[in-house]
Amino acid sequence: MDESGKKPQQEGLFGQEHITVIEPHGGVFDLKLRELWDYRDLVMLFVRRDFVAQYKQTILGPAWHIIQPLLTTIMFTIVFGKIAKLSTDGVPPFLFYMAGTIIWTYFANVLTTTAGTFTANAHIFGKVYFPRLAIPVATLFSKLIAFAIQYLFFLGFLAWYAAGGAPVQPNGWVLLTPVLLLMMAAIGLGGGIIISAMTTRYRDLTILISFGVQLLMYATPIIYPVSSLPEKWQFWVSLNPIAPIVEAFRYAYLGQGTLDLTMLGVSGLLILVTLAIGIIMFNAVERTFMDTV
Amino acid sequence: MTATVIKVDKLSKYYRLGLIGGNTLREDINRWMARLQGKPDPLLKIGQAASGHRKGDEIWALKAVDFEVKQGEILGIIGRNGAGKSTLLKILSRITAPSEGRITLRGRVGSLLEVGTGFHPELTGRENIYLNGTILGMKKLEVDRKLEEIVEFAEMGKFIDTPVKRYSSGMTVRLAFAVAAHLEPEILVIDEVLAVGDAAFQKKCIGKMQDIAGGGRTVLFVTHNMGTAADLCDRGLVIADGRVSYDGGIEDAIREYLRPSTTQKLVLGKQYFRGHLLDEISVKTLAVNGIDLGQQILITPESELVFEFSGTSTIALKDFDLLVTLHKDGVRVVTVHDSAPGTPLREGEFRSRISIPAHTLRPGTYTVGLGGERPGGGQWFAGTDLGEITILEGWSSGYERRSVGVINISSVGQRHMENDPQR
Repeated sequence: MDESGKKPQQEGLFGQEHITVIEPHGGVFDLKLRELWDYRDLVMLFVRRDFVAQYKQTILGPAWHIIQPLLTTIMFTIVFGKIAKLSTDGVPPFLFYMAGTIIWTYFANVLTTTAGTFTANAHIFGKVYFPRLAIPVATLFSKLIAFAIQYLFFLGFLAWYAAGGAPVQPNGWVLLTPVLLLMMAAIGLGGGIIISAMTTRYRDLTILISFGVQLLMYATPIIYPVSSLPEKWQFWVSLNPIAPIVEAFRYAYLGQGTLDLTMLGVSGLLILVTLAIGIIMFNAVERTFMDTV
Repeated sequence: MTATVIKVDKLSKYYRLGLIGGNTLREDINRWMARLQGKPDPLLKIGQAASGHRKGDEIWALKAVDFEVKQGEILGIIGRNGAGKSTLLKILSRITAPSEGRITLRGRVGSLLEVGTGFHPELTGRENIYLNGTILGMKKLEVDRKLEEIVEFAEMGKFIDTPVKRYSSGMTVRLAFAVAAHLEPEILVIDEVLAVGDAAFQKKCIGKMQDIAGGGRTVLFVTHNMGTAADLCDRGLVIADGRVSYDGGIEDAIREYLRPSTTQKLVLGKQYFRGHLLDEISVKTLAVNGIDLGQQILITPESELVFEFSGTSTIALKDFDLLVTLHKDGVRVVTVHDSAPGTPLREGEFRSRISIPAHTLRPGTYTVGLGGERPGGGQWFAGTDLGEITILEGWSSGYERRSVGVINISSVGQRHMENDPQR
């Protein structure tokens, strides 16, 4: 779309043909990414809205982004580290839990927020058209900003501990961070849109989700390293596509744990499958869900 | 050269009743388990046919709708409630997909189906202009360029940096319309949203829509307001029962819309009336503007409201009034008589005619009653609920309503001020 307001109106109107065909069925895999690109300003504004509106009329404002994971980490450190005395592979428990918590929080936030895409935005979806994918995509970014804040704090603590001589060895795998985040984003988005598509029919899932995410956290090596598990359980945990990502993240920054590239590859494949299923379901639901909510 | 910008081809949309919403996962699993075991669907109602899905009744909201719109046209879409107008707009603005048929659109579509779409209550007016503008398909740059114009059009002034949740409904509409109107899409789809604003702003909106169409854009406008439709549109599309029942000039379209759907005759019998004179005086017909009562009668405020009734009397009364009453929400709004006081009623057939200007009545539905009485004599008969008439909204020039109340009345106003500099 051109931005030139000076052109003669006639040309501005129909200079470039913009033809839309509305039909009962659309393509199964058609994500309309080009259209989404046209609406990139909207995505930006949604990101802003998510970020700004969330903390209007709160005292601490965006500080909540760091308070939440920090409190969780402290909690974990006390309960699992001091009281239950779970192994952290020799890493300072605070760093161990914080590393797990921030990357997990990114996934959990993306998943739960995208899961509510259709139900939470029914009032907008019912009134106006825009590429529906704009909302989950905006979620990816707004949660990424939150992650970035937490990540900076994490780096700060890491430096502090390292300076104090704690046994942590950040290494070259740190460069893998964007890939790990991308994987987390993809599985969160894929899982989230599957659930969001299903919630348009089954409201049960909205109740299940927060509970489910919590259970999933215990099935993921957040509060324990995989190495601390009995041999036969390790296999089951490794089926969880999120587990190798968390382990890899921790390995990269703390130098402890396992970095299994094969498992990471398998996890990547599972994520792609999830995302593909998500896209198919999203496309199927997107077109007529307004009739069922 | 006027190109076709919207082409609607055999468009249909059906909804399945009974399948909407009422599903939980457990029900579906139950059904699925039962099917695996070869048992009948446990959730089917007795007598309901078994099939792959629970069978619901189908409702065709739209059935094989065909029409074309040319560039620069203002098309008014009119129809009774539930006729399918809103479904049509929803499909046109891609909120829901059609069941059959196709639409080809040339150009961007901007739609304003409800006020304040996507307004976030916590964000300020300015932030919402950006959000809403981009939701409607604008670029941030375009909003930048139009921001001042939008604020001015919406008459927001200093409130622009106040959160929208503190706005009045009128302010919200103004802002929403201002954003949509400055969108400059090639096709603008507007549902009846203007009814919320005040008359002055409504007028401004109509002017703006005319400008939009004048600039070569196409406007689709859904309304119940025949006054606006006549003022604004060149062409009218009447939708009835999901089909296009008329497509042509706006005047004819309105006439078609106002034409009663059935031609049943009202047979007034004794059971409609109460009072002493039931056996002596019987009213046989009662028509409003030539249409027998008992069907939907829609009246534009510009028109004269004419009641005509006839009947027979078996007695002669020296001084007798026949009268028509209009009730709204249980309150008698007006009583009008067919004769001056002291007019006698003779034996035999009578025919009466009473007329009032329709614009004195506020828009809405009124219950029509008919009766007669002898002043002071206690002899009477009356029927209060014989049928309904609906006065339509209309803001066309002469009948503009700034005032809110039970009736409309023409008045002369004057203001005197002590410190008038012109004195």
